[in-house]
Order: sequence, then C-alpha cells, then structure tokens
Amino acid sequence: MVAISDYAGLKPAWCPGCGNFGILKALNSALVDMNIEPHRILLVSGIGQAGKLPHYTRGNVFNSLHGRPVPPAIGAKIANSELIVIAISGDGDAYGEGGNHFLHAARRNHDITYLVHNNQIYGLTKGQASPTSDFGFITNTTPYGAANPVNPIALAIISGASFVARGFSGDIDHLSDLIKKGIAHRGFALIDILQPCVSFNHKNTFQWYRERVCKLEDRKYDRSDKKAALEKAFIWGKEIPIGIIYEDNLPVYEDQLPALSVGPLIKQKFNIRRVKKLLAEFI
Amino acid sequence: MPIDFNFMVGGEAGQGVQSAGFLLAKVFARGGYHVFADQDYESRVRGGHNFFRIRVSDSNVNAAAEGVDILIALNGDSIELHQPEMVAHGIIVYDGEKIKGGSDDHGSLLSIPLEKLAEEKTADRLMINTVALGAALSLVNYDLNMLNDVLKDRFEKGEVSDKNFAAAKAGYDYVQSKHKGKSRKFQPLSDTKRMLLTGNEAISLGAVAAGCKFMAAYPMTPASSIMEYIAAKSKNLDLVMVHVEDEIAAINMTIGAAYAGVRAMTATSGSGLCLMVEGIGLAGITETPIVIIDAQRPGPAVGLPTRTEQGDLQFVLHAHHSDFPRAILAPATIEDAFWVTVNAFNWADKYQLPVIILTDQHLASSHTTVDLLDLSQVKIDHGILFSEKHNDPLDYMRHRLTKSGISPRAFPGLGKALVVTDCDEHDEEGHLTEDAGERTAQVQKRMRKLISLEKEITTPQRYGPKKAETTLIGWGSTYGAIHEAVDILCREDTRVNMLHLNELWPFPAKAVADAVSKARNSYVIENNATGQLAQLIKTATGYDVTNQILKYDGRPFTPGYITQAVQKGVR
Repeated sequence: MVAISDYAGLKPAWCPGCGNFGILKALNSALVDMNIEPHRILLVSGIGQAGKLPHYTRGNVFNSLHGRPVPPAIGAKIANSELIVIAISGDGDAYGEGGNHFLHAARRNHDITYLVHNNQIYGLTKGQASPTSDFGFITNTTPYGAANPVNPIALAIISGASFVARGFSGDIDHLSDLIKKGIAHRGFALIDILQPCVSFNHKNTFQWYRERVCKLEDRKYDRSDKKAALEKAFIWGKEIPIGIIYEDNLPVYEDQLPALSVGPLIKQKFNIRRVKKLLAEFI
Repeated sequence: MPIDFNFMVGGEAGQGVQSAGFLLAKVFARGGYHVFADQDYESRVRGGHNFFRIRVSDSNVNAAAEGVDILIALNGDSIELHQPEMVAHGIIVYDGEKIKGGSDDHGSLLSIPLEKLAEEKTADRLMINTVALGAALSLVNYDLNMLNDVLKDRFEKGEVSDKNFAAAKAGYDYVQSKHKGKSRKFQPLSDTKRMLLTGNEAISLGAVAAGCKFMAAYPMTPASSIMEYIAAKSKNLDLVMVHVEDEIAAINMTIGAAYAGVRAMTATSGSGLCLMVEGIGLAGITETPIVIIDAQRPGPAVGLPTRTEQGDLQFVLHAHHSDFPRAILAPATIEDAFWVTVNAFNWADKYQLPVIILTDQHLASSHTTVDLLDLSQVKIDHGILFSEKHNDPLDYMRHRLTKSGISPRAFPGLGKALVVTDCDEHDEEGHLTEDAGERTAQVQKRMRKLISLEKEITTPQRYGPKKAETTLIGWGSTYGAIHEAVDILCREDTRVNMLHLNELWPFPAKAVADAVSKARNSYVIENNATGQLAQLIKTATGYDVTNQILKYDGRPFTPGYITQAVQKGVR
C-alpha cells in the first residue's frame, strides 16, 4: 500500500501560509488514495511558485521552461502511455506564456491532467498582474489597473477539453477529490485551482474566496451539458462555483494514433526489417 | 564518350513541372543512369515560373550543371528565360500553337501540338506535361516501356497511369514520326537498382532506421516533407508524428518524448528554429537527447521561402544563452544525409545533448540516385543506461557527476528509479539548487561531455591532389559542386584540392588548421553573405581565410560557377 510518507519530498521554499501548501497536500493525498506509487507518475511543471511543486513531493519530474509544461507532458505521455502524467502551472505559466499550448492541448484533448495554481498574480517575480487578475487590479506593472482577465474555464470548454473543474486550495478534501477524478478521466483534464497569494495579492485572500466559493456537487447540475457548463463558467462575483464544471466522453488524441494501439511506444521493439521495405519504394 | 546530359522542365506552378521532372528523373534512374535533379520554385501555388533540372550521367553526380540539352517549355517565360542556357544543338520542346516561341536564332525550337495531342488521345488538357515528357523521351529514343512501369508504380489507380501513358505515347509517337533522330540516343545502361531520393527523404529514412519513434513539428518550407513522410509511415512503423500548434510546442514536445525514453526529433527552417531556441537550451541543461533538422533557407525572417542558403551556421553555433554542449552536423550529399541522421541520433543519446543537422533547400528538395542503402551498416548506440538489475533504484541520480560527464540514463515509469530533471540549475538528483558549488560542478560535468564527443569527429574530407596551390573549403550541401569544380580545374591544369566538413561542432580545429596552414592559397565557398565558416575557422584556429566565394541570391552553386570564380581569383 502506498503511504503518505512515500510522497515526502524536499522542504518547500514557499512563503508561510501560501495557498500552494493546500494543493500539495491535496495532490499527495489523492495519489495515496488512488494507491499510485511515485515511480508511476510524471509531474511536468513550468516556472513560477507552482513550478516548484514537483520537487516538494516525489515522482518522476520534468521541470520545464516558463509556459511550457504542457508540450513535454504530451510528448512523454505519447512516449509512454502507461505513465500518469500531471502537468503543473501557475496562472501566468498556463494562461499567459503558455496560452497557445493550453488552447491546443484542450482542442486535441490529450490524455493528461493539468493543475493550474491560479492566484491571480505573479508571485515569483514579486507581485505583477497575471492574465487572471481582476479588472482594474493595481500592481507595479498595471498602475492604471489590469485589463480584462481570461476565463480559463470557458476557454477550456470551448476549446474541447473533456474535463474542466475548479478547485480551491482552502478546501483540501474537495480539491483532492477533484484531482482524483481528473487523473481517472481519459482526456484533457483541467483543474483550475483558486490559490491565495499571501504575499502579493491582498484582494483575493482565503477569506475572500471562502465567502464566495460554492460547491456544484451540492446542486442539481448536469455537467455533461456544455451550454449549462458555459453558463457556470461565467459566474464570478458573489458566487464562485467550484467542482466539476464540465465532463464528457470526447475523442482522445492518443486514441487516434495507430502506433499506440499496440502498447506504449517505449516498450515496442524496433525492427529494422520494416525500414528495409521502405527503401524498395524509392527504386 | 561519357554521358552528361541535362533536361529541364519549365512552367508555371500548377502546370505539372514537378511531376514531369520527377518522372524524367525516375525513368533514367531505373535505366541505370546516375541522376541529379534540382528544383527552383516560387512561393506560390499557381502561376509564376518554376523549373526542374534533371542531369543524367553515366557516372556519379552530386550537383546541377549549366547547359540545357532538352528543355520542355510549358509556357512562354520558360523559353525566354532559359533559351540562353541551351547548349549548341539543344532542343526546346513547346506547343507553338499555344505559346509564342520567341526568336529561333539557335535553331533549337521544336513545336509540338501538345495540347491538341492531349485532347485527342486523353480528352484531358491537364496531360500536356506528360505529352511533352513522352516527346522528350522520344527525342533521345529512350525505351518508353520504362515510363509505363514508373507510372504504374506512381499511380495507384490503373486508369490514371493508363491515361498518363497514353499521353506520353502520343508525344513519343509524334516525335518518332516527324522528328526522329534529332538528339542523341539513350538506351537503358544497366539493371543496377538505385534509389532516387531527396535530401528530406534521406533524412526521414535515416531517422526511422535509427529507431526514431517520435516527431513533433510545424510545417515550414523546405522542411515540411520530413514531417509528411514520417506521418505517412507512422502506421507502418509504429511511430508518432504530432503536427503541433507552433515550433515552440514542437521542440518542447520532442524533448518530453525523449526524456520519456524514445528517440525523438523535430524539423524546421531558420525562422522556425528562431522560435525553438529556448528548447535547445532546455535540452542542454536537462541533458535530453534530441535531433533538430534545420533545412536552411535565405533570411532573415521569412526571407526567400522556397530558396537555398547556408546562412544559419553562426546562428546554430550560438543559439541560446549561456554555455552548454551541442553538436552540429551538415550532410554533404543526399546519401550522406541518411548516415549523418543515424549518427545524430547516436550522438544525441551517447552525449545526452541536442544535435542539430543543417541542410538547406538545395539538399532537401533535390533528387539524386543513391546505391541501395545498406541497413546492416546502421549501428544503434543508446549510450550508458542505468540498470536496476545491478543498482539500487533508490540510488539513482539523473545528473550524477561522473568523470566523463555522462550520467547513466533511466526512463520514467520503466523501473522504480525516479527520473528528476529541471531547467533550473539542479543538483545531481535533478532538484533545483542555487548552491555555487553544485552549479559549478554541473556546468563542468556538462561541458566535459565534449571531450569524448570531440574524439568522434572524423577528419574533414579531402579530395584532389595532395599538393595543390589552392584549397577550396566548404561545408554541407556544396560538396557536389566543389568536388566537381576540383575535377574541372585540375583537368585545366589549375592544381586545386578540397577540404569539406560535414561535422561542424565540435569543430575539428586541428585538421582544419593543418590544411589551411599548408595551402598556399585557400578559398571558403559558402551560400551566405558573410563567410560564416570562415568566421568559425578564424575563431577556432586563428587562421584568416580571406578568399571567399560567397553566393546569397538564394540559388545553389554549380561547378561552373565555382570554376570561373577560382580562375578569376587565381589569375
């Protein structure tokens, strides 16, 4: 049996009280609950405080460039489809620098789980506005207020992701459950995680979120209804819905690849005789 | 008398220039001839002016040559533009009923009612190019059945190949009845079976022969046909090609697949490579083996999309910030492109670094005959791998400090070892660190890999008389043109030899310094504006090669061009 001690990583260098701690705890307990050993997972992260998470747990780790965790995560998943691949980003990483990859990974519906630590601010570079900062939010780089934020939930749904959820790092059990469902889902599973930055975002605090988040699970709601899901995606204010906002069985990119139908690429023996046949086509 | 004969097909995009040119090249290759065919085309789908040159010889050829023996002119521009290139007694096949022939002062124009024949025999005006092809084969009295076989192989549908053959036969018979004996006679030479390959095909075959299982790429001329070939064969060979959203995704996805343990590559051209630069460094610091094909074209920015240049050498030497090892290879010929690609995958694995292969439009889209590749010579070396049979997986450290700088590789999920790596500076385990000592140790470890890699570099190719007044120095795809220029110059009593590099980094400084210091007179010959190899030679050896034959008009060198430039200089 996998125990929580199997996931004891390096000591985090996050600020005390950081929202990231809740995400780390929720991820570790999800992996333990699912009885997944560390060597079966691959954590691919980007740059930012979120990008450091893989070092603070255990598993195979590819800490990639800013904005780029998704492409290497996809490459690794295709190379070894038996790996449980989890990509990890912050809001700047996923929706700013990595926006194009996010859009197209959702569109192609790759079979990976994507955790986005969304604190609506840049933490690592010390407090600049992010693509999800609220309209009018004042920071050093937006002295006249931030522009319109992106809506990652709506973006993921209309782009074609087959699992779109929002979690809150202040509700670890709920988040852990979402992560388990995201891992179990076949297809691109986005979990956008509301995560207060205690050092630089004094607006969207734990308290602020606690007053607003409401669990979709508590309501009657058909999450495979794309239109209803899109409506939920636009609710942001007095109420902020958390939980699975959209989930359906959609075609998965990896299932379209004939090479993967015979097993993981990495386990297939290479046979040069098949190349020999190709040469004849050029005579 | 040796055979060295040039066909050319000229016309607008959409008139079937490429198709007729390819078929001509193929029928002569099937007949045991050596063929070199290059393409000159504009960046448009319809219109403009394109040509396809096919050089047919009874000995090995690796370059295009001046002088056209038979021109198939599908439009008026082709006549106007290429008439000055016709040899004495050359023939221009054109449809005098449809296009103006221009002046006939060379006595070379031969009007054939191409369109009329196409309509009569196939009821399809689109067959004009094939009628002309038949006419050209008839002028040299070639065996038409050879074409029939080629058509049957090319077109899956019997009716398509039959229609093409009927068109070709119409042109063939017309010439036989009216213009028999106008040109020299060609018969199939031998049964020797050679492959007719483009540079991109050679690279694709090299990659699959090396066991490449993954490619991610974004289409860009002149590299696109590599990703298309790999995609087309992905079912047969159980490999994956992902057409991604941009070049940034391409290189990062390639790195992800390689980290997970499969051989992986990407292919692009210069400005696509600009977007990939961050990935070169990522592969460098995470020590992930990847192969990057840069099919060069003139720049900067979009430059001349469909034309050729060797302008990326200094770029790929330095692309990315800070210091880390890389390898740069530049195939000399289309056959060499196959072997260089196999080699690139081995070096990438053994030294765990990015390997860049520099080709260019000229090499990428030219066709040449190549002896059937001997796959038994393909050796696959994955380098040092971590074995859980002999080691405790808990002890595994992806970036372990070793004497050679090479840390054994393990792959995520295949065993119990955890494979950790980071684009931040990291410790031996792969976790990020800011420790000064660990940083220094990791930089030194990575750079140490070059010591063993340098030993893999073979001596640059030498050709021509050992003692010569002049040494011609080149790299990459200019090999064929320079090689032939050496032959021509030596025949004309100018003693020259050549030094050619297909491995550029690590740079074989000692061998090059030795050659340059012994030559009385050296020239670098490069398809770029600033003599980028000359700059590298200067940096690596201290020698200044001031004689430079540079061409940056987007067109490839020919032996004749080099010969004239050297003769002018030597005089």
